[in-house]
Amino acid sequence: MNAMLGGAVLVAAVDPVPWARAQMAFTLAFHIILVPLGVSWAFMTLIANYRALRHDDRDALVLAQRWSKYMAVTFAVGAVTGTVLSFEFGLLWPRFMGQWGEAFGVPFAFEGLFFFTEAIFIAIYIFGWRRLKPWAHFWTGVPVVLAGILGSVSVVAANAWMNAPSGFTLSSSGEVVEVDPIQVIFNDSMPLQAAHMVIAAYLVGGFLVASVYATGMLRGRRDRYHHLGFVIAFSVGAIATPIQMAVGDSLARWVYSNQPVKFAAIELVPETSSDVPETLLGRLNEDGTISGGIPIPGLASWLSDPSTGRSTVVQGLNTVPADQRPTIRQTNTVHLAWDVMVGLGTLLLLLSVWYGASWIFRRRMPVSRWFLRAAACAGVLAVITMEAGWVVTEVGRQPWIVYNHMKVEDAATGNTGVWITFLAVVALYTAVGTTTILVLRGMSRRFRRTERFTDHEVPYGPSEPAVPAAADEEPVR
Amino acid sequence: MSTTVAAVLLLAVVAYAVFGGADFGAGFWDLTAGGTKRGRRPRAVIERSIGPVWEANHVWLIFIFVVLWTSFSEAYASITLTLFVPLTIAALGIVLRGASFAFRKVVATTGERRILGGAFAISSVLVPYCMGAIAGGIASGRVPAGGQAGDPVDSWINPTSVLGGVLAVAVVAYLSAVYLIWDVRRAGDLEMAGYFRRRAMAAAVAAAVVAAAGVLVLRADAPYVFDGLTSRALPLVILSVVCGAGALVLLVRDAARGARLLAVIAVASIVCAWGVAQWPYLLPESLTISAAASPTGTLAAVLVAVGLAAVLVLPGFALLYVLDQKGLLPEEGVEDASDRPLESSPVDHIRRPTDR
Repeated sequence: MNAMLGGAVLVAAVDPVPWARAQMAFTLAFHIILVPLGVSWAFMTLIANYRALRHDDRDALVLAQRWSKYMAVTFAVGAVTGTVLSFEFGLLWPRFMGQWGEAFGVPFAFEGLFFFTEAIFIAIYIFGWRRLKPWAHFWTGVPVVLAGILGSVSVVAANAWMNAPSGFTLSSSGEVVEVDPIQVIFNDSMPLQAAHMVIAAYLVGGFLVASVYATGMLRGRRDRYHHLGFVIAFSVGAIATPIQMAVGDSLARWVYSNQPVKFAAIELVPETSSDVPETLLGRLNEDGTISGGIPIPGLASWLSDPSTGRSTVVQGLNTVPADQRPTIRQTNTVHLAWDVMVGLGTLLLLLSVWYGASWIFRRRMPVSRWFLRAAACAGVLAVITMEAGWVVTEVGRQPWIVYNHMKVEDAATGNTGVWITFLAVVALYTAVGTTTILVLRGMSRRFRRTERFTDHEVPYGPSEPAVPAAADEEPVR
Repeated sequence: MSTTVAAVLLLAVVAYAVFGGADFGAGFWDLTAGGTKRGRRPRAVIERSIGPVWEANHVWLIFIFVVLWTSFSEAYASITLTLFVPLTIAALGIVLRGASFAFRKVVATTGERRILGGAFAISSVLVPYCMGAIAGGIASGRVPAGGQAGDPVDSWINPTSVLGGVLAVAVVAYLSAVYLIWDVRRAGDLEMAGYFRRRAMAAAVAAAVVAAAGVLVLRADAPYVFDGLTSRALPLVILSVVCGAGALVLLVRDAARGARLLAVIAVASIVCAWGVAQWPYLLPESLTISAAASPTGTLAAVLVAVGLAAVLVLPGFALLYVLDQKGLLPEEGVEDASDRPLESSPVDHIRRPTDR
């Protein structure tokens, strides 16, 4: 036993910190793709459901019913990958949780509440099509939408607390001795960060679902069913996009005021100065110079505070010691991710404007193939935009896990086998992710095989007689 | 206040065992249901039974973690550092299980169903084993205080952990079989009711044997908890034994409804007995509940969340179970015409006659 153990330790004696970071990043990057679907798809489904009931619209009804079936799959994957995160807080960051759990953990108590509500009502909604009364069934979907929003607000509140830790008192030895839960949850960074994430969920969810129908339309499936699926989803994304730009702009200014070092990394500012250019792409070198990229003179200063314009002073990276700011590589990552987020976000905004203008001036969606091609790409682009934004906030906070209080390297587990669990997680998640896509595609193909809808499959319609008697014919008390 | 939060924690563990455990146990019966043809009916029963509820039952586990890391963060750090391996296996198992269960329902071919079903069923057994082993490691005092790592191997490969793991698998299989009898009986399927009744009785006997052997294991390996079980927690142990025996009698007499109630009480009271036996320790003989407790602000916030849950979430949870039990949540969506095999499909011709 001991020899075996010795061998295992030898094989596994690898610094856990980079692997723990990699595993956390990977699992969160995976989970965050499912979040928009969990949060906003239910809303879109309810739009279709409402339309179906109000206007007796069969296409809308079939759409709502099929979306709820897809949702059952993505919600399940989201639920289990979310559960893993609550293991990982402890498995990867036990020292962080041990010292800060009493403060950082508080928002999760409420998140649990909302997730529970979401899971309960999504089950009732998904399984209730056949036997619940139509409007009662519709209303069981409403708590899903509300709980989805409040749940993501709670999770983001915890992340925001890492950026703006507050609501606790430390003893002389650095222990948390007093906690003000209200201050923890409603920390300075929470309102804007939470709004940014919830709107992102609607933006990404909308464009992602719409892109599937855009692809279908490009392949010649221009029936009313596909049109409806596209319009509901794309409208949600298109409305969310300009709002997201405004919220993101405020959030950036909050970072400018409250996390100046992160802001310096975002804008690639090595030394404090005014008239800072907005550098598109480009990279920071070890010696503090910037190479490549297209500088737009004074724009970063101007955007940071329009009231003082180009004379706005932006704090540089070198105002804090090297061990309290992101490394050069991290800085370049943050800056690139920022450019990707803003760049793709702007493209999505233009696409939304095109769509909106067409509705205003022509009273219909744009039908050109170029628009549909762009819309078909919008889903993936929106996901990349969201991932990039998340990289900005997480990598930009480095080396801190709790801003100005605890470093990531002091938070990690001492278990040297993390690289093994990382590989296992990557393998499992890759399999689950691939299967999810294959399963959803398989469902869609089967749905498509039926060209016309027959009576029995219309929700709330007469139930089909051919279903095995045992399950269905039992009298309901 | 720390005692109240500890009681809430114990309650969450009980709920996870009684509700979530049964979902895992269903996976055990899925695993042992035999080949594709023989296992088709029980698997259909299992799928229908846990389909609407298993995701919601996940939250009990998340809730346990949340209470631990907010209210007893030092203990959470110690547990996750020490029991790294079984916790990782459980986490991966939960992903594999949930995902493959959700996938299995919507894939078309038998081959795909078989692979996904296997993944679902095996992980359904693995996860409760790990959970039981973790409980065993904690109960036998192998997790040190102070956010420190204990022995990474012995903490979960030891007599009490093996006992905990095997007992957990036996108990969830038992609970699940008892619930399934009720489910199929409601649907009027007497043959399946007999099928699960036989399995429930077998699992009851297995759980009783393991538990009886466990007494000896605990005496040698987990003396503190053993002393607690034989003194202050003794009434709960007796309650569990009596209810367990009563449930078995009712199963033999084929009174499913009473058996279900007694089975739940038996399991709930033995979990409570564990908690009471550990008192006043969270990690036996190294960390007491009051020493591990967080500042009062945090504890108050957790209790507020629990209060809100009781007012807002439990009615919804009850509604879900009532609707499910009344058969108002029969299946996902409605059957789509495209879900049925095509008339011309050769598979259809082969499969149909054996179905009837």
